[in-house]
Amino acid sequence: MSAPTTTPPPAPAAPTTSTKPVQQAGDRIFKGAATGAGVLILVVLAGVAAFLVAQAIPAFAASAEQLPGGKNIVAYIGPLIFGTLLSAVIALLIATPLGVCVALFITHYAPRRVAQGLGYVVDLLAAVPSIVYGLWGVAVLAPAALPFMGWLERWFGWLPFFAGPVSATGRTMLVVGVTLAVMILPIITAVSREVFLQTPKLHEEAALALGATRWEMIRMAVLPFGRSGIVSGAMLGLGRALGETMAVAIILSGSGIVTFNLISSSNPSSIAANIALQFPDSTGVAVNVLIASGLVLFVITLLVNSLARYIVNRRAEFSGAN
Amino acid sequence: MKTIRPSRSRVAAVGVLATGALFLAGCGAANEGGSGSTGSSGSAAAPVSGTISGAGASTQQAATQAWVAGFNGANPDATINYDPSGSGAGRTQFIAGGVDWAGSDAYIKGDELTKANTRCGGSIVEVPVYISPIAVVYNLPGVDNLQLSPSTLAKIFDKKITTWNDPAIAADNPGVNLPSTPVTTVNRSDKSGTTQNFTDYLKGAGGADWPHDVSDTWPVQGGEAAQGTSGVVGAVKAGQGTIGYADESQAQGLGQAKIKVGGTFVAPSAAGAAKLVETSERVQDGGASAFAYKLNRTTTDASAYPVTLVSYAIACSKYTDAAKGNLVKAYLNYVISADGQTAAQKAAGNAPLSDALRQQISPAISAIATA
Repeated sequence: MSAPTTTPPPAPAAPTTSTKPVQQAGDRIFKGAATGAGVLILVVLAGVAAFLVAQAIPAFAASAEQLPGGKNIVAYIGPLIFGTLLSAVIALLIATPLGVCVALFITHYAPRRVAQGLGYVVDLLAAVPSIVYGLWGVAVLAPAALPFMGWLERWFGWLPFFAGPVSATGRTMLVVGVTLAVMILPIITAVSREVFLQTPKLHEEAALALGATRWEMIRMAVLPFGRSGIVSGAMLGLGRALGETMAVAIILSGSGIVTFNLISSSNPSSIAANIALQFPDSTGVAVNVLIASGLVLFVITLLVNSLARYIVNRRAEFSGAN
Repeated sequence: MKTIRPSRSRVAAVGVLATGALFLAGCGAANEGGSGSTGSSGSAAAPVSGTISGAGASTQQAATQAWVAGFNGANPDATINYDPSGSGAGRTQFIAGGVDWAGSDAYIKGDELTKANTRCGGSIVEVPVYISPIAVVYNLPGVDNLQLSPSTLAKIFDKKITTWNDPAIAADNPGVNLPSTPVTTVNRSDKSGTTQNFTDYLKGAGGADWPHDVSDTWPVQGGEAAQGTSGVVGAVKAGQGTIGYADESQAQGLGQAKIKVGGTFVAPSAAGAAKLVETSERVQDGGASAFAYKLNRTTTDASAYPVTLVSYAIACSKYTDAAKGNLVKAYLNYVISADGQTAAQKAAGNAPLSDALRQQISPAISAIATA
């Protein structure tokens, strides 16, 4: 390339003598399109944030008498935030261990053929529309969970979570949590599975060669390597659980109260479900209040995702990948 | 074609209904002039065309679909849009001039009435178009014929009565063996005209036993809450010892409590609901064409059923746009006609307007002028 020559080379891909990189029209178009796509995301996000803030301001400015229920806006949104976080945390507590176990089974225990089929089925769970989960939750899971909730109240009623009295219909926070767990299971499983598959074979074989059993190998080699993957999968799942609307709206018997009691018919509603339920017949400041609650949800989701990114970045250095 | 905004499937459903209605109209066209519709004369008039838009109560939505389909059968060139955005939104849009008529679960009054009159440049026309009894539904195995007085009902829904063998319930049901099952009240989790009318009844008839306001969102915290009429009915069916409220048409297959009116216990019925409106005091604030009723929740007439929802159509008494005025007039005439009310009853299960009431309100619609 550096050797100067006067005769044109026979090959079609002729290197030029210039040291500047080749700039063809295709390159410029692609660069522009990619940059545009990146900028567009930011513009859309900024637009959504601007809309939420602009529409939420009247709600924050309004006096308590003008707001629905005559309460001030903190008293209105507070229980909703609580309900949103509570349902998402229950879902996460159930789905994370389960998702990690499923991912480990697929990557390290199941025969190849079974693993492929199972992976496909788990991905299929993610394709089920949330309203279907909602209908399943209210028609199947809620009645089926009644005896179990009665059992919880009887033996664990001394815990505030299971104080009862048990709901007559089963449409409780616990059932919502379980339904949400099923919904976020595929996300956690898929992310964990991809990370576990990337565990360096040398690490695994070294552990086995040192006399570790398969479980010890997983504990010493696979899990430390995959920790950041598990965390980011869980956070992605948390994001979905926080924003889930229809399933919660259909299943949960919600009102504006704050309670840790998971099995009674009095539950705090969630932000997204409350918007879906109240928006159709709302007017005036009531709409602004709902949008203000949406803004709060937007901020919470943003914080959760930032936290996930922070954890993943911090953990990456210690993960054994290096 | 006609559109109802929020859902594509609904548009499709209306389309199918309308197509069916067109077929029927085509087949029956020869008979139409001769047989004539019972009740109002307006529906047999020459076909009208144009586009009008309304907005308001979602209560009227199912009935409106039937009305639009039926109206289009006779007037294929007319387009009627209805946006079920809620009573308050409907009234606001009507006042602002955004829609040609509004549907509302509460009659227009006070400041809104003044503004509406200003918008119309005269007086408004307000007529009841959708009347529906609200059933108190319950699921209590072994008790088939529950009877409740207004005060007991108010205490139950205020969560003051917590078990089914409470002395207050026992007093209303002499000789009935009531179980000690806990009472679970089921209310709507979304805003609704049904809640508005039910709380209005509890406030009016329950007196001091109902300390809460009349509201379209359920005012008592901590009960079982479910989305929509179907959600309430589903929750009442799913639980034991549950009690809720739902439009009577949607409450089939469940126990329906009889409500004490005067000295007798009355079951919900379409006839009782219509009778209540007839015997209720008319509110004259809106002028001669405004047929608003202050529903007599404390009626002692045993042929009336006081737990009833009334939804109104609100329009102007004159329109500057002649085409729109004629269309509103023709449409509302069809809505209150016997044909229109029967169509709505088939689709939504409401109580048809009685002939006596129709004769009262019909002149107000026929008087809609176009200047």
